[in-house]
Amino acid sequence: MIKLENIHKSYKMGSSALHVLKGINFEVESGELVAIMGSSGSGKSTLLNILGMLDIADKGLYQLDGTPIEKLNEKRAARYRNHFLGFVFQSFNLINYKSALENVALPLYYQGVGRKERQKSAMELLERVGLEPWAKHLPNELSGGQKQRVAIARALVSKPKVVLADEPTGALDSKTSYEVMELIKEINNEGKTILVVTHERDISQMCNRIVRLRDGEVAEDFLTSNRVINH
Amino acid sequence: MSSFRVLFDRDTWQEIFGSISNNKTRTVITIIGVLWGVFIYIALSGSAKGLDNGFERMFQDIAMNSMFVWAQSTSIPYEGFKIGRPIGLKLSDVEYLRKQVPEIQFIAPRHNRGVFGSSSVTVKRKNQSNNYNLYGDFPEFTKIATKRIFDNGRFINDQDILNARKVAVIGEQTAEELFEQGEDPVGEYIQIDNIYFQVIGVHKYVPGGGFEQAGDIFIPFETFRKLYNTGDSVGWFSIAAYDHVDVVQVEEDILLALKRKHRVSPKDNRAFGSFNLGEAFHQIMGFANGMTLISLIVGIATLLAGIIGIGNISLISVKERTKEIGIRRALGATPGEVKVQIIIENIFLTLLAGAMGLVLGAGVLSIINIATQSLEDFPYTNPTVPLIYLFGVVVLMVLLSTLIGLIPAQRAVNIRPIDALREE
Repeated sequence: MIKLENIHKSYKMGSSALHVLKGINFEVESGELVAIMGSSGSGKSTLLNILGMLDIADKGLYQLDGTPIEKLNEKRAARYRNHFLGFVFQSFNLINYKSALENVALPLYYQGVGRKERQKSAMELLERVGLEPWAKHLPNELSGGQKQRVAIARALVSKPKVVLADEPTGALDSKTSYEVMELIKEINNEGKTILVVTHERDISQMCNRIVRLRDGEVAEDFLTSNRVINH
Repeated sequence: MSSFRVLFDRDTWQEIFGSISNNKTRTVITIIGVLWGVFIYIALSGSAKGLDNGFERMFQDIAMNSMFVWAQSTSIPYEGFKIGRPIGLKLSDVEYLRKQVPEIQFIAPRHNRGVFGSSSVTVKRKNQSNNYNLYGDFPEFTKIATKRIFDNGRFINDQDILNARKVAVIGEQTAEELFEQGEDPVGEYIQIDNIYFQVIGVHKYVPGGGFEQAGDIFIPFETFRKLYNTGDSVGWFSIAAYDHVDVVQVEEDILLALKRKHRVSPKDNRAFGSFNLGEAFHQIMGFANGMTLISLIVGIATLLAGIIGIGNISLISVKERTKEIGIRRALGATPGEVKVQIIIENIFLTLLAGAMGLVLGAGVLSIINIATQSLEDFPYTNPTVPLIYLFGVVVLMVLLSTLIGLIPAQRAVNIRPIDALREE
């Protein structure tokens, strides 16, 4: 599903350049639940941005579902993002003046899906994450866990091939974190490929595979015991 | 780009209404800026038009190519005459001028009591008495300056002149002051300096910026001549030239002819006085046109300031909405879609504010119109904004708000989604 070969990325910091990714190689099969771990500065956010087509690698090959992602113009990148990827962010990133339902429906708006159909799909997903009664609520009327579940519903509404979650539990207490991770696992069990960036060990342990980054390189890449249980 | 489909898409508008109603401060400030601009534009250009109409109304009863000519005294010794010789216009000047200056269409010798230094006349009727200005006139005078006579009355005619009839055309005010309410003055008698005159008409006073008043009384020139023993002298001439001629040139020709006949140095500019209404009218209309131009410039400049304000606020709002824009882009909005949304927001706000300013401006204009309707002396009639100006301002608004909107729209697109989403 995802194939990364020798990905390099550096940022210009004034006159000097900061080499963040120094040749990342790994593949993710369809249906995997992968945790990308690493301390801050290890390059995990940068990698996620490249995976999410929010940033472009300086060098290297990135294939998403067999499609090489390179030199995309902004418009193509936007279309690919919309069709291939679902995002879940640490700070939820819901639009604060839109109701839960409208937030979930937004990716479909950019796909050009009609209003009725959008609302129907969005409602189905809110049901899926157990927030049907909160459909008309604004984000600030929801708890952190509820917000993240809305965000997950939004990430899924466009039926993406891959869901990218950037510290999805970073802003949540541990009980809620586990609930959110349970939801992510359930979705994974339904066959969705999910990448979770986290620095929390217990969260990463709930995934099937852990890719650990250190100083811009893949330091470890191993399967967890979960994989055995799931299969 | 599918921008045009986007324009007619209900969802686009839902997005735009959502964003507008959820950035209330921005919306209100933006609207005030443009509203004020359009309001100033409408109020100013409407007022300028009202002024224009007002001047036109003031001059409508006077031939645009008319002038007054009167005599003073010489300021240059000439042909053995001393300096300071008083000059008097003569009735015989009429024929002479007609021959010498063929551009003259009408020439009316006039006399007066009460305006140029002489004392006004006492007019009595029954036990009412008052002082009024008196004019001795030929029927030709009405060809130069329209006299509006109320129904069942008339102005002086040729028979009145021939027979030196003791008839008078009195003013509205005269009628009001000397007659009972509801009484018809026509056919009644009044005493002018103790001599009985029959009233033949009542004229409606039309303000014309001249020295005429609502109480003026007109009697036949011949009658005036006999009454005040003026011989063949003339107070002044009212002259109208043909429509197509250069009135300034005619004025010069007339003065030159008079100087010749009265043996005055051609260089003597003080012997005769003249006032050219045509020229004065052109000057005033020039002033009115200048006002229109100034109001147009000021209005458009204010509008421009308003629209630049929109751009400014829009830039700030893009900054404020960095995160929202980042989210939208992460969810698959193309740069084009983001741009179009921001530009349409701008245009929509501009037009909305413009419409409000338009209504407000039109309201203020009609209030001014109602308030000034009773003021006849005030040159202000029917203030309107020509449709072409309105159309122009709408086109200008759409154009400018699009152009101004491009800046924040580009800024919004330049924000990298990652940066936007990282911003806490």
